[in-house]
Formats: sequence, structure tokens, C-alpha cells
Amino acid sequence: MKSADPSVLVLEDGYSLVGKGFGASGNAFGEAVFSTGMTGYQETLTDPSYCGQIVVMTAPHIGNTGVNPEDGESRRMWPSGFVVRELSRVVSNWRASGTLADELEANGIVGIQGVDTRALTRHLRDRGAMRMGIFSHSTGENLMELIAAVNDSPVMLGASFTDEVTTAENYVITARGEKRATCVALDLGIKSMTPHRMSQRGIEVHVVNANTTWEEILALKPGGVFLSNGPGDPATAVGAIAIVQKALEMKIPLFGICFGNQILGRALGLETYKMQYGHRGINQPVKDLTTGKVEITAHNHGFAVRAPESLEFNTAYGRARISHICLNDNVVEGIELLDQNAFSVQYHPEAAAGPHDSDYLFDRFLEKMGSHA
Amino acid sequence: MPKRDDIKSVMVIGSGPIVIGQACEFDYSGTQACRVLREEGIRVILVNSNPATIMTDPEFADATYIEPITTQYLELVIAKERPDALLPTLGGQTALNAAIQLDKAGILKKYNVELIGADIEAIERGENREKFRKIVQEIGAESARSHICHTMQDALDGVTELGYPVVVRPSFTMGGAGSGIAYNEEDLLRIAGLGLEASPTSEVLLEESIIGWKEYELELMRDKNDNVVVVCSIENVDPMGVHTGDSITVAPALTLTDREFQKLRDVGIDIIRAVGVETGGCNIQFAINPDDGRLIVIEMNPRVSRSSALASKATGFPIAKIAARLAIGYSLDEIQNDITAETPASFEPTLDYIVVKVPRFAFEKFPGADTTLTTTMKSVGEAMAIGRNFPEALQKALRSTEQKSAIFTWLEPRDAGEIPALIEEMKRPHDGRLTLAQRALWLGATNAQIHEATNIDPWFLDQIERINEMADQIRESRDLLAPLLFEAKSLGFSDLQIAGLRGTGETRIREIRKQLGVLPVFKTVDTCAAEFSAKTPYHYSSYDSETEVVPSERRKIIILGSGPNRIGQGIEFDYSCVHAAMTLSEAGFETIMINCNPETVSTDYDTSDRLYFEPLTFEDVMAVIDAESSAGELVGVIVQLGGQTPLGLARPLADAGVPIIGTQPEAIHLAEDREMFSRVLTEAKVPAPAHGTARSFEQAREIANRIGYPVLVRPSYVLGGRGMEIVYEEEMLKDYLEKATQINPEHPILVDRFLDDAVEIDVDALFDGTDLYLAGVMEHIEEAGVHSGDSACVLPPITLGREEIDRIRKSTHAIAAGVGVRGLINIQFALASDVLYILEANPRASRTVPFVSKATGVPIAKAAARIMAGETIASLRAIGLLPKVGDGGQLPPGSPVSVKEAVLPFGRFHGVDTVLGPEMKSTGEVMGIDSSFGVAFAKSQVAAFSGGLPTRGTAFVSLANRDKRAAIFPIKRLSDLGFDILATEGTADILQRNGIPARVIRKQFEGTGAQGQPTSVDAINNGEIDLIINTPYGVGPRKDGYEIRTAAVLRGVPCITTVQGLAAAVQGIDSLIHDQPAVKSIQEHARGVNRDGV
Repeated sequence: MKSADPSVLVLEDGYSLVGKGFGASGNAFGEAVFSTGMTGYQETLTDPSYCGQIVVMTAPHIGNTGVNPEDGESRRMWPSGFVVRELSRVVSNWRASGTLADELEANGIVGIQGVDTRALTRHLRDRGAMRMGIFSHSTGENLMELIAAVNDSPVMLGASFTDEVTTAENYVITARGEKRATCVALDLGIKSMTPHRMSQRGIEVHVVNANTTWEEILALKPGGVFLSNGPGDPATAVGAIAIVQKALEMKIPLFGICFGNQILGRALGLETYKMQYGHRGINQPVKDLTTGKVEITAHNHGFAVRAPESLEFNTAYGRARISHICLNDNVVEGIELLDQNAFSVQYHPEAAAGPHDSDYLFDRFLEKMGSHA
Repeated sequence: MPKRDDIKSVMVIGSGPIVIGQACEFDYSGTQACRVLREEGIRVILVNSNPATIMTDPEFADATYIEPITTQYLELVIAKERPDALLPTLGGQTALNAAIQLDKAGILKKYNVELIGADIEAIERGENREKFRKIVQEIGAESARSHICHTMQDALDGVTELGYPVVVRPSFTMGGAGSGIAYNEEDLLRIAGLGLEASPTSEVLLEESIIGWKEYELELMRDKNDNVVVVCSIENVDPMGVHTGDSITVAPALTLTDREFQKLRDVGIDIIRAVGVETGGCNIQFAINPDDGRLIVIEMNPRVSRSSALASKATGFPIAKIAARLAIGYSLDEIQNDITAETPASFEPTLDYIVVKVPRFAFEKFPGADTTLTTTMKSVGEAMAIGRNFPEALQKALRSTEQKSAIFTWLEPRDAGEIPALIEEMKRPHDGRLTLAQRALWLGATNAQIHEATNIDPWFLDQIERINEMADQIRESRDLLAPLLFEAKSLGFSDLQIAGLRGTGETRIREIRKQLGVLPVFKTVDTCAAEFSAKTPYHYSSYDSETEVVPSERRKIIILGSGPNRIGQGIEFDYSCVHAAMTLSEAGFETIMINCNPETVSTDYDTSDRLYFEPLTFEDVMAVIDAESSAGELVGVIVQLGGQTPLGLARPLADAGVPIIGTQPEAIHLAEDREMFSRVLTEAKVPAPAHGTARSFEQAREIANRIGYPVLVRPSYVLGGRGMEIVYEEEMLKDYLEKATQINPEHPILVDRFLDDAVEIDVDALFDGTDLYLAGVMEHIEEAGVHSGDSACVLPPITLGREEIDRIRKSTHAIAAGVGVRGLINIQFALASDVLYILEANPRASRTVPFVSKATGVPIAKAAARIMAGETIASLRAIGLLPKVGDGGQLPPGSPVSVKEAVLPFGRFHGVDTVLGPEMKSTGEVMGIDSSFGVAFAKSQVAAFSGGLPTRGTAFVSLANRDKRAAIFPIKRLSDLGFDILATEGTADILQRNGIPARVIRKQFEGTGAQGQPTSVDAINNGEIDLIINTPYGVGPRKDGYEIRTAAVLRGVPCITTVQGLAAAVQGIDSLIHDQPAVKSIQEHARGVNRDGV
């Protein structure tokens, strides 16, 4: 698609901006969310958690370093649309193998550039995440029709994308160096950096399809169960919640990230809710309530676990507590069980993109599996 | 656990005078620190020798010592004040070095003072190159291969291993002083020699060359709980090899993937931990090989740095303020982010805009200086701009420098034949390289060709190509339609640039733009890319779809700042602007600041009610005015406080119907126009030296012949004496005019009789239309002819009687009334043969406003702002902003004597003549304050020059004939005080006849004697001379004494070039020998003054 072609983005409340298209052409729909990371667009686009969404990048120049074979976080790019202020015309990086525009086109992702992304972000911040449509080859003359089309597109609340993103074939990431533990990772939209971080620590990771049964999981004799990140409303993840409850009953060590945190929360009887506009960025301050230390963390979540009455609470599986909170808005960012080895965080310790401050959580998971064995 | 309660008082050390590499960013950081500490209820004791700083205003500390930053004086302050703690990390390398010295001398221990914000061992680990290399290695990162040298032999050995080119870096110097790149042995001997000299530990490091690599900086902060955040990443557009202070830089980093950026972050965090910066900020520099990504750690500064100030302004995250809170025990998560007012400071700012910083150089002031950019910083100031993309931020920053040559142009002919020469020229990094690259690209050179010549990243070059392509479109398009115009504006094109391309005028483009509705919007710097709503009114313009800044309904006053620091226009003007903002906010106005200098206090979002970070051009300023005028009442714009930059905008703003408050543009013009001003003088009955206005060489020659040589020549409308020279003969006049016509073709040349041997007097005064307040009368220590900015001066004047001051007051009143001043006026008088001549009158704030305010204890910039807003001197006296009675011309009993001394950058520009003349060359100033002139002068010398005045040893004397008579007495006194006197033959002869035992030394041109007798220059180079008295005749680098003065600069020997300066120095030396040094805070000085006893 020629980048000079006009394109228009339209929100469900009628807000619209005209820009220029890039990447694939066509009409794209999804939940509009903004990401504030200044680096890491390739990781963002290949993060399955963005499935069903249109990502607005707040950093103005995108595509400067092109794309490379190493930084992808999954087998493809997932958002339905991509909104940037300026797409780079050239690629400047020694690892680059192609341009972002070509890669988006190859993945069928509709892009729009040349729009006031800050204005759009402020709009989404004030009014909340909502549906957006991007329409190639249009300047929005038929705006009313476009608005209607956006309003006809599916909503995020109650949506499930797990079957779309989960791996078709189970696979194993072997432990680097001496093998110290085995875990089964339920792929709800896993990023490749996650098993990589575990493998670095001597954990053999069996990445399995989201619909794998508990019996099949047990047959792999895991030292621990891992629940990945992923897209959609956690309330729909009934199967995963049941698996977590099984693991808790058997006191198998468990670690969850992002979607996994919400699933653990629900398994423990907590509620989840859709946030106004969520957390998406790589600069979020999270406080570990045990140590009082602050980590700078990568976030990508539009749902969250509703905080219980008190930090510590009782569950069917023993005492639990809120272990981490986001200092910006006090949102629950981590849960741990006090009577067994299960814990989860709402953010991304695998950090791709993002800072590596929370690496230690993988060490903690290894320790917990070790203590169980 | 929040604040420590065992710290009740903290001593803060400032950074002293503005020098290259250490400018007003440390006033910004120090002021923030003082503010925070006082908010926390801590007694603040401040030491800084620089009177032009906001931090040394009496309300920013409990005890403010304007004293030299030396171990001796700092100990006196510590002994007197007994602070609990010392915070040394906010005053640049000067403060850090001072703290190390205090520690080494056992003074901190002796008085039980705790160092906070840094500990000596951490500073050592960060700054000692050997220790730092070990740390880098231990954390698994890489340093450039290198070799530590303490002798020249070490250096020669090292280079056999590393090969040429090598980078030479002395330890413990700031702004890269003494460092450079050696391409061969000759270079090595020269640079390493200077480096060993410059390093306080006589240590230099040779490093493998990584010239041309990508260069990055990270600003980090750490708290006592080991929480670390990266505040900002900065990428240098100019790759490795150019000092970061001289590089065009951009924030955030734009050409790194997340993996590469996170690697920088990980290494940075490991370093701040391993070095052990317990609380506070640090800056780490990295190089990345663009071919394979190899990462090298260059260096760290374990303190708040110039880059921290830039990072604070770039992100809205106030590093210094937070560093001060961390130092007294808070953790990052206990500190609130001012901007969102709901999120904590323990996060990492994210930007949704691009910030570009462009350095400003002053090579035109130093003919003969090497303009090649190296690892030694040479720029004197910088401008920063914010835009929604790189081209916009870059073009805004380039026009913010106010240097025409920095702005992109597309001048025909478009001849590709020029390319090879341009490429050859841009291989040498220098101040004009980016415009060469832009032109070459426009002429058809490829991105790859320019990249090969400059190593500038292809991404940045492509952005410049975008600008060039747009320029072609603007030129070639038949009509200027809204979409094209909008696109051009969003790439940062100014109306002036577009007008140039369309062959029309700026006004026409502005009209078209307004008709088509192509107008800028205003956005907010919020640290969080709009994730949270911002409470802090820090704004920038852009061409985008939404404006988010709503003008208030209040009565508002806009203050125009002074733009990038340059020689002749620096921190002193920012000082006045800040005062105006403070006092007018207090008076109930909404104050709005427009400025583009990231180093300043005025661009702190805490200073005014609103801050617009914008270039100070007519277009950019009008955009803010238009936006702010849409609601509320714009009472007016203040143009007279920020120096020449806003003053130059007075006329066009007034023509556009903007209310200017204070002195009106007509009055400003009246003072600048010689012929009109002459009529004012005639009416005021004040004589000016004979003069004329010439529009050609013939006219100039005729005038000079009529009034007699020497004459002072200059273009009209200048600041800092730009282009001003004393001309002694017709040949020089011819030379001058050939140069001057290039400087400014549109304005005539002024020719004045130069008054030899006059006493020059500088006056600052306030006038409200009726009453005059004579704020200060300063007597220059150098004779007339040395630019007032470079001349030492004393207040109160030491040789003027009451009758003379009364004459000055009357003349000032008459001129102020004649010109029509409302606010400040600065007048330079010359007193010769009992006639008081006027040399110049400037109806604006002068460079001396802060000095006068400190010396007299009266906030005259505040008073000026209030007069501009309609108050009277009488009403200001009534509310106590001005003294109830009296003025600065008749100081009350008990008033101290204050001396201002200029600080010169010659050490940075080897091979440049150090003689002073009518063109200003100093970068900064210090003040010495005491009860007598001798002591005050001696203090000013200690503060301005390392070592200050000597109290014993050998003085070398070489005098111009006209000075010999006047110099005999002071030299006799020197001899009586025990100095050995060495003199050139003619001078020695006269001294001996006057009973002074002077020994003869060979002149330089005579060469070393047959028996190895040294010349004066040899003696200086051998370290045998402690004081040089060399009064030259005429100007020009080849004149007598040039080599003497150059040697003096290189060896750091005090060099006095005027007879008046000699007399002052001898008084100072006398007091150093005979008086006990003592310190007194300005608050104590103020209490000692009997205001009612006039």
C-alpha cells in the first residue's frame, strides 16, 4: 500500500482523525488502547495479548530500527490495527532485516500514521478504552456509516481470543545447562521470552495448548505449572481457572503472569474488572509489599483483579495476600498464597519489551518448585 | 521511613562563576535544592561566589555566603555555621572537588560534618578512571581499552599498545578540560602534556579510539532503599569524538531497539550500584559500535550534571529537587511527581515528543581559536526545543540559537559540483557541520555519502532529507495550500524560511497561514505521555490537531527570556526575568515565561505560572501571545529584562499591536539612535565624547580625523561589545571596516572619541516617569576601553566623592526622563579631567543588575518589574521593596564593599590573545564582599582564578610607555612587600631609577641568551613567575606581549594588563598579607547596614 493514501480512524463515540495508511490496507476493528513505551514496537506487535486490539503508540517516531529475526515474541503480529504519528522511512540498525511497514503488510495489519496520537491518547484516557475502526482509502466522508460499523464490531468485555492465540502443537523449550526443574506452561498467548527466561535458569518448559486437560498436564510430571499472559476477558477463561484450582488442590507450585494473575485471582474467588484504559507501557512503578522495594515494570493489561477488603484474605486454598501494587493507581499487581507455593503478577517479568527489574520472579518460581520436589 | 530528623542544617556548595562546561544549570539545580531543603524545615547554608545566581538571593538560604569556593574559605564558613551535613552533588564538578578537598584536609571530620548525597569513596570510584574501569569489568561490561599515564613516558608506552588515534582524558576535570584526540606523536605530546597539567592528580588516560560510534547518555537516580530509575536517555546526533556538551543531542534515544536500550539500562543500574551512589543522580555515557552493537561504557558523573538539567527540562522530572529530597532520607516512592500530583517519583518518564538540544558557540569572539570540535567542550550555551517529531524539534532548536548560520537554507545555485568540497569540509567535526550535511544532501549527495563522512546515523540524515524535500515542495508548488503549509509547519519550518523559499516576506506567509487556519497547537510536558492528566503548566507548540492548553481568565504578563547563553548575554539576564516572574506572581498577575534555554531557572516549571518552552522569534512568541490573548487580559509583554534578544522583538511586537509594558519601543529606539539620543543629551546637559555616524569608510576617516585618534568604533545595536574596537590609526580603521561591513550591512558604524585614562562608571537605575532610584554606582577597576562586562568593578565607587555621585544621579535622572524610561536603565559614564561624559545608555536590565542587587541588598529587578506593571518608586518604598530613604548612590553606614570580577575562557581557546578590549569575552563573574576594598578585591581574585593573588615570589613587569609613570608606586609597594621584580630592559631601567631593585630579563624576540639566560616566556613556562604585569598597546594577536599572556594562561599565572588593575591587585595582596581572612553572610551584611542612618 502506498503510504500517501489517505486513511481514517474512527472511535465508537464518533471521534475521528484522518491520516495516511501504511502496512496492510482494508478495514480493521478492535479495542483502541495506547502503549507508552518508547522502545519495543516489534515486541509489542508480536505480543499475543494485543489480539483483538488496535494499538496506539504514544512515542512519535516508530519503525526507526525496522524489524529483525530476534525480537519477535511469537509467530506473528497480533493487533488488528496500528496507529502511529510518524512511520520511519528508513531503517537504521545493524540487526534489522526488514521494514516495519512490510512486516505489517505481511501480517495483514492495517496501519495509520500522521494522526495526533497524543490527542487520541488523551481522549482514550478520559473516556476509557473503546472500539476503533481504521478505514484505508477513506477520508471519512461517510463518517456516520463508519461510526455505525465500529459500533457493530465486537466488544472486549466477555471476549475470548485464547483459541486464536494458543499454540496448535505442544512444544518443549529445553533447560539451558543443567536441568533443575520441569514446568508446564499453559499457553494463553505466551511470549517467547517467558520460556526463554525459565530455560536460562535450568527449567525445562513444556508449552501446551490452552485446552490441554489437567490429566494431560499431570502426565508430564511437572514440578510447577505456569500460566501465561494473553488477550481477552479473564472471566471467559473457565478452563484455565479450573486447571488452576486443580493445581491448588494438589499444592503444585504455580506461577502466573498477567492473564495468569487474573486467572489465579478468579480461581481464588476474587473478581476481575475492566479498567478505564488499562496499563500499557514499560515504565510502571510496582511496589513489592513484602520488601518495600519498587520495580519498574512492563505492563499490558486492560483487566485487573479487584482488591479484596484487606491485603490478606482467606481462600478455599488457604490464606492469600496481595503481594504487589502499582504505585500510580494502587491496582493489584500481584497475589501470593501464604500456605502454598502459588503466586502471580499482573505485569511482565519476562520484559520484552521492558526493564529487567523483575527477573527475580523466575528465580522465585524455581525455588518454589525446588522446595516442592 | 521518610526524612531523617538528625539533619537540622545543610551546607550547599554552588558551582562558582559561569565557565565553559559549567554554566547556569547548576544555579537551576542548586536553587531547586535550596528550595526543597527549606521546605523541609532545614537550615540552609549556601556558599557560592557567583552573584548572578538566583540561589544566592537572600531568600533562598538562611545564610548565604558569597565567598570563594576554596578550602580556606569553606572551612571558615563551616567553623562559623557548624552545619550537620554537606550536600556537594548539586554544584557541578566545582562543588564536588571542593568537598573532596575538605574531606582530604580532615575538615569535615574536625567539625563533624556528614557528607550527604555522595560519599568520598563513591566519588572516587566514579571519577578515578582506573577504579571505574575495574567496576565496569566486574559487572561484566566493557570499557574502551586504555592505558593510565602519570608521565609522558607512560603515554608514549601506552600508544605503542593502542595505536593512533588515541583519546587523551585527564582525570578529575570538568567539561572535558585538557582532553583531546591525538593522531600522531606530536599531538600526543601536546595534549597529554596539557592533560597532566590540568588533572589535579597529574593523571591522564589514553583510550582506544571509538570515534564515530553512536553515543548515548542515561540519567539515573537511586534512593537509600536501592530503588533505581532511569530518568532519561539522550542520543547524540554528533557521534563519538565530539564532547556531549558540543553535540546536537536528542531525547529520547531514537535509534535503539528495546533489547539494546535495556542493555544500556541494565549496565547503567549495575554501575550506579557498584559505584555506590547511595542517594541521588548520576549520568553515564555509552558508545555503541553501529556495525555490531558492541557496547562500551565511557564514563560516569556521580552527581547532578549539565545533562541532568537537560534531562529535567526534557522530561519534566526535576532531578535536582528529587536528589535533594533523597539526600535527606526520603525514598523515591515517598516523593510525589509534581506534574501529575498523584503518581510517585519512582517511575521512568516516557516522552510523546522529541527534544533537541543545539549548542551555541562563540568562536567569532576568539579569532584564531580552533573551531574543530573535540572531547574538550567549547560551546558557551545551548538552546533546547520540543516538537512532536525530530524535524520540528531540530528546526525549532536551530532557530532558537539565534545564529542565522545555524538555520537551514536552500540558496541557489543548486550545483552538485559543490558536493565533494562540502563532504571534505564536514569530515572535520565543527560548529557548522550539520548545515553542510543538509546542503550536501539537498545538492544531491546520498545519505550513505554523508554518513561515511560524518558517521551521523542514517536515520537522522533521512530526517534532514525530509526537510529538504519539503523545501523543494514549498518552492515548486504553484499555490501554498493548507495541507502543504501544515505539513511544512509540522516539519518545523518557520514562516521566515517558507517566505525565503517563496520569495516573499514573513508577514505575507503569516497572513496566508492565518487565513487558511494553519495555526500551532499547544501541548504539555507531562512525564507520562498523557497517561495521567498533568497539573504542571509546562507547554510547547506543535502543528497537530488538538490544543490542550486553555488560557485562563486572569490578568497576565508575558516575560520574554534571553535565549541561549552567549558571551555578553547570560545568566544575569535570566536572573532579572526570574525576579520579574516571582514578584509579578506575588502581585497577583498570571506570569507567563517564554524561553528556550534549558540551563536556566526561568525554564523551571516552578518559576512562573506558565512556561512555554519556545524559540524567541517573532513568529514563535506571537503564537503564544495569540493563544494567551484569547481569554483574560494580556496586560503586556516585558522585553527589557532578557537582554538584546527580547529587546530586538519590541518593535515588531508593538507593530503587531502587542502591548509592551515598561519602557516603550520608541524610547528604546531613541536610546539606540545616535542622532536622536544626542538631542536628549543636549537637553540633559550631559556631554558625550566627540563622535559621528559613518556609513562609508570615507565618512569614518573624516570623522576620526576631525575628532582625533584613538577612536572607538562599533556597529549600532549590539550587546556585549560585539564588533567594537579601539582604533589607533587610519590603517586599523580600514581593516576594521572591512570586517565590520560583514558583521552588519544594514546599520551604520558609530565612531567615538576614545577617552584615554578615564575612569569608567557603570550605573543601574530605576525610573518611574517621575522619580529616580539610583540603584548602584560601580567604578571600573580597568580603565575605559575594556568592555564593562570584562572589567572588574567596585561598588560603592572607591574614588568618587559625594559631589561626583550627585552629578551622576542628576545626569542619570535627566537622561532617564529624556529617553522615557519606565523600569531599568543602565548608563556608562567616563570621568576624564573632571568632566562626566556619557558613553552609552541602555534602557533595559543590564548585566550588573544581580551584582548591584547583592551588593546593596535591594531587589532591583523585582522593583523594575513592578514599575513596568504600573507601580511607582514611592509606592515601592512604602511597601518595603525599595528602601524607605536613600538609594544605591548614598549607601548607609556599615555598607560593605563589593568587587565584581570577570572570568575569562582563554584556557579553552589555546592560541587566542588574552588581552582585554571593548569586545566582551568573559563567560561569567564572581563577587568578593568585605568591609574594605583590598580584602574584597583579594576575595574576588581567589574566587575567579585558581590560587588567586600571590603573597610572595617573583613579579614580572613589562609596561607600555604611557603606563610607566603610573605604575611606579604600586610596583614599589610590591617590592616592599617582598616580591622580586623582573622586568624587560626599558621598564627595569625606569624602576631602578625609582629605587626599585628590578632585575632585567630577556624579551621573547631576543631569544634565549648565549649562556642559556631565559626569556620572560621561558621563565613563565619554567614556573619561575608568580605574578605578571603586562600592559599592552593597541590590539591584535601579533602585538607585543601576546606570547607572554598566552604562557600566563597556560601556566595559570595571574596576569594584570592595566595599571588600574595593578593598583587594585597590590591593595589586595597587601590585605592578604596583613589581614585575617573572615567570612560574613549577606544576611549579616544586611543586618549591619543602618538603613535609617543615611
